Amino acid sequence: MPALKLFDVAKTFTMHLRGGIRLPVVSGVTFDVEPGQCVVLTGPSGSGKSSILKMIYGSYRCDHGQIFLRYQTSFVDIAAAEPRHLLTLRRRAIGYVSQFLRAVPRVPALDVVADSLGPTRGKDNRTRAAELLRRLNIPERLWSLPPATFSGGEQQRVNIARSFLHDMPVLLLDEPTASLDARNRELVVDLITEKKRRGIAIVAVVHDEDVREAIADSLVDVTLFAKAA
Amino acid sequence: MIGLGNERPLLAAQGLSKWYGRQLGCRDISFQVHEGEVLAVVGESGSGKSTLLQLLSTQLEPSAGRICYCMRDGITRDLAALSEAERRFLFRTDWGYVHQDPPLGLRMAVSAGANVGERLMAVGWRNYRRIRTTAVDWLDRVEIDSRRIDETPRTYSGGMRQRLQIARNLVTNPRLVFMDEPTGGLDVSVQARLLDLLRGIVAELGLAAVVVTHDLAVARLLSHRIMVMKGGEVIESGLTDQVLDDPREPYTQLLVSSVLPP
Repeated sequence: MPALKLFDVAKTFTMHLRGGIRLPVVSGVTFDVEPGQCVVLTGPSGSGKSSILKMIYGSYRCDHGQIFLRYQTSFVDIAAAEPRHLLTLRRRAIGYVSQFLRAVPRVPALDVVADSLGPTRGKDNRTRAAELLRRLNIPERLWSLPPATFSGGEQQRVNIARSFLHDMPVLLLDEPTASLDARNRELVVDLITEKKRRGIAIVAVVHDEDVREAIADSLVDVTLFAKAA
Repeated sequence: MIGLGNERPLLAAQGLSKWYGRQLGCRDISFQVHEGEVLAVVGESGSGKSTLLQLLSTQLEPSAGRICYCMRDGITRDLAALSEAERRFLFRTDWGYVHQDPPLGLRMAVSAGANVGERLMAVGWRNYRRIRTTAVDWLDRVEIDSRRIDETPRTYSGGMRQRLQIARNLVTNPRLVFMDEPTGGLDVSVQARLLDLLRGIVAELGLAAVVVTHDLAVARLLSHRIMVMKGGEVIESGLTDQVLDDPREPYTQLLVSSVLPP
């Protein structure tokens, strides 16, 4: 049984400030993701890969179609879920690594990561966060600093740590290795492979061919869903 | 849907409208707030967001519609049907109200400790030592040096006054807090500190909150959901990132695109 099932999903942006121009992004998006499987979305920039991830996460609204997420023993349609139910699903069932870290002022990197385990900044959560940061080569002297001043690669790894700490049944990755060097890229590939082994279903956007090669079980060509204007 | 959370709302507004004579305050507003949920109400001045906040907190009487609130005993009551005493009790215990202007929510002539302690005494605390310990604890949580507990808020900076107001409101463990532009009028650096503090406390206590703000960054940081108001009506609502990243209505798109990135 799939962990995630997209059926006939479509998205169009209407730009009201540009005279109501309509920008069709995708339509007829249909694919399944099994537990332990990684589906990589392919296609040139602007073809709608990130938009599909965002619709699965619910940060973009889905104009048409269904996005079924297996939750406990049934399927929930994310495209029709109430906002607060979506929030619950994000806490328990869908993880998302965005392209850029949206850092909260003043919160140290360690807590940014530990907070993903719940609102109480307890010692156990911090210990687990520290382990993962160490594994991702974030120097310990940076842990107590807010990540806003970190390099692109460091921010990216904090972002990954935040979404990888807690095992969510479905994990969405938007260019998780884009700003990383070869060594750190490999680390992230290892982490993704471990997730798959634990039965996590993954949908990823990755431009790096080596990374794609290493993690993908199947490819979905997003240009097939291109919508005629 | 099964297992996705408590279905009974803490606060439910149905068809709320307010007219000031022939002038519209807000029209036909319906929404729910659940436990632990932070709702931001955004819009420009005159959009009706402050009117809405005053209606919800029973400081104004609606021209039409009603507001139901789930009391601590689990019984949902129509706020208009509460007696004055019951309403006052709600305000002292279950609710908090953080004003944009701290002097409106503080007693400026009494000490910081008394400002916090007063709310506790109002709910029946009598032991001076316990009240003081709790006040010290709360000053600490809002990052006010407890050595300044005996000073009046007149000697405090704007940011400290706002943090004191928050401590005064939260000391009785309310379940619902109304905030009217909680970071308005503060320096940017002070705002960031206050926001982080609020975010932490709200998450830790599992508070529900209705936050009125014109600042989309504040909404992004604090809230789970957003309602966008214009001309007294709610024109768009949804998850915070949904509304801010994928705004649908022309006015919301204008709001989102009008923010200058730093």
